[in-house]
Amino acid sequence: MSIARLCLCAAVLLAGLAAAYAVVGLSRARSVVVGGLVALAGAAAVVCGGAAVLGGRLVVDLPWLLPLFGFRLDLDPLGGLFVAVAGGVVVVAGIYHVGYARGSGRTMQAVLPMFAVALWLVPAASTVATFLLCWELMAFTSLLLVLTEHRQRPAVARAGLWYAVLTHLGLVTILIGLTVFATHAGGSFDELRAVSGELSPAVRSVVFVLTFIGFASKAGIVPLHAWLPRAHPEAPSHVSALMSAAMVNLGAYGIVRVGFDLLGGGPVWWWLLVLALGAISAVYGILQAVVATDLKRMLGWSTTENLGLVLVGIGAAGIFVANGNEVVAGLALVAAFLHVVNHSAFKSVLFLSAGSVLHGTGVRDLDRLGGLRATMPTTTALFGAGALAASALPPGNAFVSEWLLLQSFVHGFSAGGMTSAITMTVAVAAVALTAGLGVATFVKAFGVGFLAKPRSAEAEDAVESPPTMLVGIGVMVAAIAVLSLAPGLLLPSLSGVASNLVGTDTNEVVSGVITVRLEYLVGSMSPLILAVGLLVGCVLVLVVLRAVGGRVRRNTRLWDCGAGPMTARMEYTATSFAEPLQRVFDDVLDPELDVDVTHVAESRYLVDSIEYRRRVPDRIEQRLYGPIVAMVRWWGTMGRRLANGSVHRYLAYGFGSLVVLLVVLAVTR
Amino acid sequence: MTEGGGMGVALVGVAAQVVLIAGGAPLLVGLMRQVRAKLEGRVGAGVVQPWRDLAKLLRKERLTPNGTSGLFAVAPLVLAATTLMVVAVGPFLSTRSPFDGVADLFVVVALLTLGAVSLALAGIDTGTAFGGMGASREMTILALVEPTLLVAILALSVPVGSTNLAAIVTATLDDPTRVLSPTTLLAGVALAVAVIAETGRLPVDNPSTHLELTMVHEAMILEYSGPDLAVVEWASATRLLVFVGLLANLLFPWGIATGGSVGLLLLAVLAFVAKTVVLAVGLAVGEVFMAKLRLFRVPELLAGSFLLALLAVAASFFVRVGVS
Repeated sequence: MSIARLCLCAAVLLAGLAAAYAVVGLSRARSVVVGGLVALAGAAAVVCGGAAVLGGRLVVDLPWLLPLFGFRLDLDPLGGLFVAVAGGVVVVAGIYHVGYARGSGRTMQAVLPMFAVALWLVPAASTVATFLLCWELMAFTSLLLVLTEHRQRPAVARAGLWYAVLTHLGLVTILIGLTVFATHAGGSFDELRAVSGELSPAVRSVVFVLTFIGFASKAGIVPLHAWLPRAHPEAPSHVSALMSAAMVNLGAYGIVRVGFDLLGGGPVWWWLLVLALGAISAVYGILQAVVATDLKRMLGWSTTENLGLVLVGIGAAGIFVANGNEVVAGLALVAAFLHVVNHSAFKSVLFLSAGSVLHGTGVRDLDRLGGLRATMPTTTALFGAGALAASALPPGNAFVSEWLLLQSFVHGFSAGGMTSAITMTVAVAAVALTAGLGVATFVKAFGVGFLAKPRSAEAEDAVESPPTMLVGIGVMVAAIAVLSLAPGLLLPSLSGVASNLVGTDTNEVVSGVITVRLEYLVGSMSPLILAVGLLVGCVLVLVVLRAVGGRVRRNTRLWDCGAGPMTARMEYTATSFAEPLQRVFDDVLDPELDVDVTHVAESRYLVDSIEYRRRVPDRIEQRLYGPIVAMVRWWGTMGRRLANGSVHRYLAYGFGSLVVLLVVLAVTR
Repeated sequence: MTEGGGMGVALVGVAAQVVLIAGGAPLLVGLMRQVRAKLEGRVGAGVVQPWRDLAKLLRKERLTPNGTSGLFAVAPLVLAATTLMVVAVGPFLSTRSPFDGVADLFVVVALLTLGAVSLALAGIDTGTAFGGMGASREMTILALVEPTLLVAILALSVPVGSTNLAAIVTATLDDPTRVLSPTTLLAGVALAVAVIAETGRLPVDNPSTHLELTMVHEAMILEYSGPDLAVVEWASATRLLVFVGLLANLLFPWGIATGGSVGLLLLAVLAFVAKTVVLAVGLAVGEVFMAKLRLFRVPELLAGSFLLALLAVAASFFVRVGVS
């Protein structure tokens, strides 16, 4: 029995035990046992996925379990990568669960392990039936988890409804797409792969586009993102982390699996579609994130942005393959994979820290936070690390993947004539816009949320979260540190996975442990030297300062224009921080403004109170889904009129149908 | 970029770069102020005045405003360290950088952004309205400059096939006609606008004002005093020189040392000083005739430069097709 097989069994078994304990076990120790078992299961999944990436293929065949195509798992390097990433997120979510879920309900704790299992089975599934079953398991368990707090807040139910509808529409398109594919072959992925070359271009395109719609909705890609910024804020924080850092990845996985692996690449327009939607999502997502004031909603929007960047990488890789430039394609795909890993790492840190803030203050609104560095120092440090990584600045991990992505654009610029030249320019412009706005977003989140003075009583009375929660986040911050300083440890294996998919002659497109080097292309970058250089620079400046002006520090008042101590109301809030950017992008964001002025009853010249509300709604959602929702509602009301309880009316329906039927028969005979 | 024996000379080059730029940056600011003063009919404080100011600030007491955290104290260090790193790795005097992996245009832009971010966070950290306002405006401008910078970089890198700074400079030295290509010209103008915005010069920000309505950079650093302020002021002067120097060397690289001899290095120092002085005087003269733009007109300026950068990329494609 290989290591991978052992670990997969262990992971599923441990998760099953956790679910069982959550149902029947003592309620006092429930969160400890469930969290511990889930974390262990996650660790097993990491090992299993890692072994698969390194080439240990894992096949589990249980044909009796499912009718039609049977239940079959086949974990290859591509699937292994996503299993390992999901496993890593599950580990920290499990540790965090111990402290966070103390005293919470039985259902959530029982469903959480099942969700984790689904996250590992989806990338491992290797028949159409298995894949769809696991996909639905993932969708259903995550829906239950989103609905955990539905008794506390009415918004949860609405978010759940949006999520349920969109995730199942996604399932339907994937189902149709894969069924169309499977009718031309058997149901196992091997058979699909074998037959894909013989399919007509029309069928191939139908399969790709249908599955792409489903996968894009899971990845939160515009315009199918509507569920994401609703569901993520309303779910418990470690569930948000699992969804945002592990589940959405599987959308990207699906696109790569179907597009590159099963269909073996395709025409340029497929990948232009992927790249264009990715670029739009990246820019639109970060634009909404920069004006959002709800901490978790902002993080949800940032997920749309990051998955958009991943799709830009995948799309670019597809374009390069179609143009016959496999080395650059490999580079773009490696960049996309690395960004998946990096995004999972920093987004789980950010969501879990946001959960810690919620735990300590009960507030998600950035405008009412602030000053947490004094009361929640550890959470502040952890969130700060995550925010640095997320803003794609050195020495953070996302910087490395964005650098690789940009390198692939520079090198692939003229690989395919006019098409690639134009698309690469647009891609760079999109990445560049998101880079700048991303920095502003996370400066806002960290600066306004954690620094300065508390803006509300809740923020003032904040208490630091229990150590188990912080340890969970801390583990992931350590992972971020490794990923940022030595991405070279991971790159060769990612490179192997990517070059398999795009079919390069070589296995390594990127190499080097300390300095990341592009093979066969010019380019190198060393995150470690960068970090050490920064440290040396700081020390150097400090030494010079000490030598020149070595007087003691003295505390003093802030400069308050002589008007007396400043109150917290005078501070910049998240809304005011983002106001200039919101104004710059007014045409895209189209914010709503309500000013209600109440006058004193005696005189119109005296104002009693002014109520000012500014909201930035999601315009794409409103324009696109608004009409559909309105139409469905209209249909519903019309339908209600059909059945008003009158027996005469129902008899008339019966009579009318009979007459119509007879007429039709008479005419067609 | 280094071969076995060249390491020693390369390190000397780096040291020379650091000393020249770190020491010369305040003088450049002094020069620009002096030019301005002369053109406005004032006597001016002299070129060395910024250094005198720095020396005075360094001798003062170190103050910590109440209610600020460690981040406020560390921010000037990070700002200075990022600037120093760029000074050390950029191709200002020599193309032989011992830090190959850092001398990348994307990395340089990211480092300078990191410095700006640390200062913005420090501004928010004070909890004053000014700090928040400065940080908000700085981040707005930065978010809009970033696309221009990166796309202009793409335009310059695509013909060379690398984003390595030294590689771009060397490519222009090898093929001087490149300077007159539409790509370089368009990218140069786009970069120049971006540089003006990044370094907080007119018409984007007025470095010599303390008016609430207009200030950006000054608002963030109002709470700094003494040695901390000296570091911030020195760093912003150095950033100005770094940007001007990069612009000069990316567009007109002549005089930069490609070999390892000390003579070449001396020549490079002269060439660098001449180039940056010309550019800085040009900038200062331009500023005399310019008024500051409203904050909300700045995006229009930056959008224009972004368009130029995009055109530069398009041009690089057609030029390349034409050549091959």
